[in-house]
Amino acid sequence: MESVSIRTRGLVKKYGDVTALNGVDLEVHEGETFGLLGPNGAGKTTTVKILITLAQPEAGSAQVGGVDILREPARARRLFGYVPQELTADRALTARENLRWFAGMYHLDRSTREHRVRELLDLVDLAEAADRPVRTYSGGMKKKLDLACGLIHDPKILFLDEPSLGLDVKVRADLWRYVLGLKQRGVTVFLCTNYMDEADRLCDRVAVIDRGRIAVAGTPDELRAALGGDVITLETPPEASGTLAGLAQALSTLPFVKETLADGSRLSVYVEANETALPRVLEQASARGTTIQRIAYSRPGLDEVFLKYTGHRIDEEAQRV
Amino acid sequence: MSEFLQETWAQLVRWLIHLQRERFSLTFALVSPIVFLVFFGGAFSQMAQASLRGESYRTFILPGIVALTVFGGSLSGGIELLFDKENGTLTRILAAPISRASILVSRFLYVNLVSSIQVCIIVALALLLGARIATGIPGLLVLIAMGLLLGFALTVISLMLAFVLTNHGEFFAILSFLTLPLAFLSSAFVPLDKMPAWMAVCARLNPMTYAVNGMRTLVLSGWDWGYLAKMALALMVFDTLCLLLGVSTLRRRIG
Ligand SMILES: Nc1ncnc2c1ncn2[C@@H]1O[C@H](COP(=O)(O)OP(=O)(O)OP(=O)(O)O)[C@@H](O)[C@H]1O
Ligand SMILES: [Mg+2]
Repeated sequence: MESVSIRTRGLVKKYGDVTALNGVDLEVHEGETFGLLGPNGAGKTTTVKILITLAQPEAGSAQVGGVDILREPARARRLFGYVPQELTADRALTARENLRWFAGMYHLDRSTREHRVRELLDLVDLAEAADRPVRTYSGGMKKKLDLACGLIHDPKILFLDEPSLGLDVKVRADLWRYVLGLKQRGVTVFLCTNYMDEADRLCDRVAVIDRGRIAVAGTPDELRAALGGDVITLETPPEASGTLAGLAQALSTLPFVKETLADGSRLSVYVEANETALPRVLEQASARGTTIQRIAYSRPGLDEVFLKYTGHRIDEEAQRV
Repeated sequence: MSEFLQETWAQLVRWLIHLQRERFSLTFALVSPIVFLVFFGGAFSQMAQASLRGESYRTFILPGIVALTVFGGSLSGGIELLFDKENGTLTRILAAPISRASILVSRFLYVNLVSSIQVCIIVALALLLGARIATGIPGLLVLIAMGLLLGFALTVISLMLAFVLTNHGEFFAILSFLTLPLAFLSSAFVPLDKMPAWMAVCARLNPMTYAVNGMRTLVLSGWDWGYLAKMALALMVFDTLCLLLGVSTLRRRIG
């Protein structure tokens, strides 16, 4: 039985009329990388703010590293590192100076400090730029420095809020590599993200959060298995989207179709793994005169998991903002 | 305790690096006091000669200029915390296992250190231009102390504003709203007994007046300990009030 590193029970947080969290229960095991996956405004940052002791929930309880964060916030702060969503390094300072500043706030002694600073600069590939002011850094370099600052005291628990937001592919791959390295060293990582591929790639377990509630939690494989089988996604031109409902109905009567989910001009058809499924669905569509613009057959990803448990797609929410 | 010193020092070093890299803004903060000292001190001296018992107007306004410099530096001293708040850095600092007081103490020490340096520069320049301090070098140290007693309260107000306000636009609006009345409704430019009565009443409620009057004795007349103590006491009362207000506000804000 793995021991629990982070646990929340019934967290509720309101900002005026907005209910940011509406009863969040989470359990993160020691040493795992845990993904909190949800669209913009779902409540990811709010959850993290509570866990790092900087926001007070209206109801509920939470422990981090065995410490009750509401009763002993000061003690809890020694246990975790935190890397916020925004870029927060001091731009007037160099990377080395930023790290020393954090080392002082985490009470490292002088020799540990210098050793640790060098180690972290190497880890995030900033050794060469270490003595340049951060204002001359690219966004990716700043993000890497932020990560290093969060690791200064070698925490057993790390909160990472949307680490790859707005970064290019190369930097993203670097950050993923660092996170996988942390997992190897037994660090518990609590990762907020709204990228499916990121959660799929990095996380041992994922919880899907939507409108302040946890919709479902489990390993990526478990969540996929719960969908069962494969998924055929088909898309009509927008003007033909009205014909989808009829098609969905017709398809649900086929023996190998388990479920259909219409979503605007897209239709997801969950089928038992079956070689003949695709041609038979196409057959139905053309028999009913439904124009198909695009069709894909795939093993379900977290994308479909999100759709199934929340009733909408993650990227639609993102576009709304 | 040693943890408190370490975390405060780490944050103070951060501000000192800013000081070293952003010399321009500090130099710039000295421009207007120097303009006052050099040009107005000269321009008004003819006019003021009659009413000011023969001292040069430059010597007369030196304490006012010192007080204004401290005033400007201290009252805007919280702005960097507001920037930290706006870009999320403060969240990060607050997530560290530090005493909340260390954030304020480090900034406070920094602001008052900078004020002291600025006061020294202004006084040195005034001496070069022919102003004389009646109490000499020891008087200069007491003058800086007087300035700091004023700066103390204003820094607390500024740090408090940084925590209460949400953006620096509001901060600057309040700053410019406060600066003119506080500068002119004080004895910085005109002695109390030469003011209209209503103005003297306002000036007596203004802590700047007490700092200026205290400094002025040091510059113009010499060691009048009784008077100096009275002025210092008035400033300390003001400091204590601000501190109490500040502590209770911040308790509510950051726990
Ligand atoms: N300080 C605040 N004042 C008012 N409302 C807030 C505040 N912070 C968050 N909210 C609201 O709470 C909800 C959850 O916000 P939160 O920042 O936790 O979302 P998120 O999942 O982190 O989103 P994103 O992916 O955009 O970072 C949103 O509706 C947001 O508008
Ligand atoms: Mg967020």
